Amino acid sequence: MRKLIYAALAALILAGCSSTPTQDAAPVEERTPDAGSAAPGTGGASTAGTTTPGISGSALGSGAAAVSPLKDPKSILSQRIVLFDYDSYVVKDQYRQMVEAHAKYLQANRSARVTMHGHTDERGTREYNIALGQRRADAVKKMMLLLGATEMQIETVSFGKEKPRNPASHEAAWADNRRVEIVYVGE
Amino acid sequence: MVLQRIIGVLLSVLALVLGLLAATAARAQLTIEIVGGSGSAIPIAIVPFESESNWPLGITGIVGADLARSGLFRLVDGSMTPRPARGEDVRTGDWRARGADAVVVGSMRPQAEGRVEVRFALVDVVKQMQLASMTYTVTPAQFRATAHKIADVIYEKLTGDVGVFSTRIAYITKQGPRFELHVADADGNNPQAVVTSNEPLLSPAWSPDGSRIAYVSLENRKPVIYVQSLDSGRRQVLANFRGSNSAPAWSPDGRKLIVTLSKDGGSQLFLINADGTGVQRLLSSPGIDTEASFAPDGQSVLFTSDRGGTPQIYRLNLASNAVERLSFDGGYNVSPRATPDGKGFVFVRRDGGRFMLGIQDFATRQVQLLTQGPLDESPSVAPNSRLIIYAAQQGGRGILAGISSDGRVKQRLVSPAADVREPAWGPLAR
Repeated sequence: MRKLIYAALAALILAGCSSTPTQDAAPVEERTPDAGSAAPGTGGASTAGTTTPGISGSALGSGAAAVSPLKDPKSILSQRIVLFDYDSYVVKDQYRQMVEAHAKYLQANRSARVTMHGHTDERGTREYNIALGQRRADAVKKMMLLLGATEMQIETVSFGKEKPRNPASHEAAWADNRRVEIVYVGE
Repeated sequence: MVLQRIIGVLLSVLALVLGLLAATAARAQLTIEIVGGSGSAIPIAIVPFESESNWPLGITGIVGADLARSGLFRLVDGSMTPRPARGEDVRTGDWRARGADAVVVGSMRPQAEGRVEVRFALVDVVKQMQLASMTYTVTPAQFRATAHKIADVIYEKLTGDVGVFSTRIAYITKQGPRFELHVADADGNNPQAVVTSNEPLLSPAWSPDGSRIAYVSLENRKPVIYVQSLDSGRRQVLANFRGSNSAPAWSPDGRKLIVTLSKDGGSQLFLINADGTGVQRLLSSPGIDTEASFAPDGQSVLFTSDRGGTPQIYRLNLASNAVERLSFDGGYNVSPRATPDGKGFVFVRRDGGRFMLGIQDFATRQVQLLTQGPLDESPSVAPNSRLIIYAAQQGGRGILAGISSDGRVKQRLVSPAADVREPAWGPLAR
């Protein structure tokens, strides 16, 4: 234990209490996967030697006009969040009008593509929550398909409990976090 | 010894102060606190090796820390004049009088090209016999690894189980908006960030030979599974299908993985080659199937499914395709991890809003709850099946914790600067 503290102490002294972490001579590269959001302090992070996965359909659907109803705060299409009860993936009646508006938009704009991001609150294990968030996203998708959207326009994915809107641990935060976000591709 | 202890305390205080001053510089170094211990810990004396003080980083301190951390050993004062350095120098009566059952002695001698010959012997002073003696010729950079090897030999000779001090662990840290996948020694030393991202990382899984890690990254605004080589740092996409790709689990031969994909609707289990080819659906269920874990013989797979209405643990026989439910108590049993000894599995149970770890025996179906929550998850079992590392919450942040599979020995692995989560215990070094 003392040796460990010694080592930690030595590392701190070597670091000179500066805010720059010492770099390990690691045989593995430290990398920032998304060049567009490079982490501070790791200017040397690289993506060399790694493959960048192609995301299907990412180039489509960004051709909306400047007066897109999707962006108009007065349009119901600017509403994008469906909230769920605990342990539930039932789309509540209060969201039906909004979901239907998006379905009709997709019906009228066949080149438009949308991704449903499913989320859970922090209770439960990470991987099981990925599956629960997926089920919520699938539930909204199913409703949109019934209301006029087509299968190929909608991808459903889940973030589980990894991206809360409110990171606090109380009922109100959890209620905000159990959600599906409707995201148009290209936005 | 008293003076050393005082210096130790002063150093801890100093380290703490410096740590606070340099909070932004703090690496995600884990330090380990032992919370509980076994009642039947073996009293062992570790005599500082002859000439050990000629090198800045010693060996016996690390050996002692390893053994003490296991909870199965209690350190007895190892200072003695004259200091024994070979097995035959150990006067067993003196050590019996001090309460030791075993004594470790050794020496360190400089060799050509900066190398060092490290010798040690383990003596059972009750039976008055030498149990092991080994010689290693290493560089000072290998002292730490050598100490872990010596601790493994001692552990194995005195407990009959394989030691896991030379293994590595992987885990995810979150510091502000930044997520890192770290690989470190099992004692928390030498942490190295092998992936850095501004989006969440989860579910790291070691290949059985320890050369690669599969993990899930949300960097592409959806869960995508990667497999990364630890030597080169290169990675490739394992699964990036339409929908979510998650929960990678390696087959024992390292050639395939089972993953959870939503590409065909729902969350379902698929088998996939380790290079991302040959994806093949394993099962069809109307509900959620996820969190696969191979049995060590590769013949069956444990997984979580809500096909019965609530999430429970099932076993799929890969030859017959038969599915059998294994968990029955409670409305939420998830995250099964088969223990490497093939005897059972560790899992997470929700009970009264608390998430706790349990272990279930295949033969008796007996469940022992190991922890109390409130939010324990992501269990990972050491290669000797004796210890489980898992993620817990303490004071609103994520820490790693360890518990022996009999529930007796508890550890906390605390990082000064980051939320720590998603531990995965690596395989035995080959």
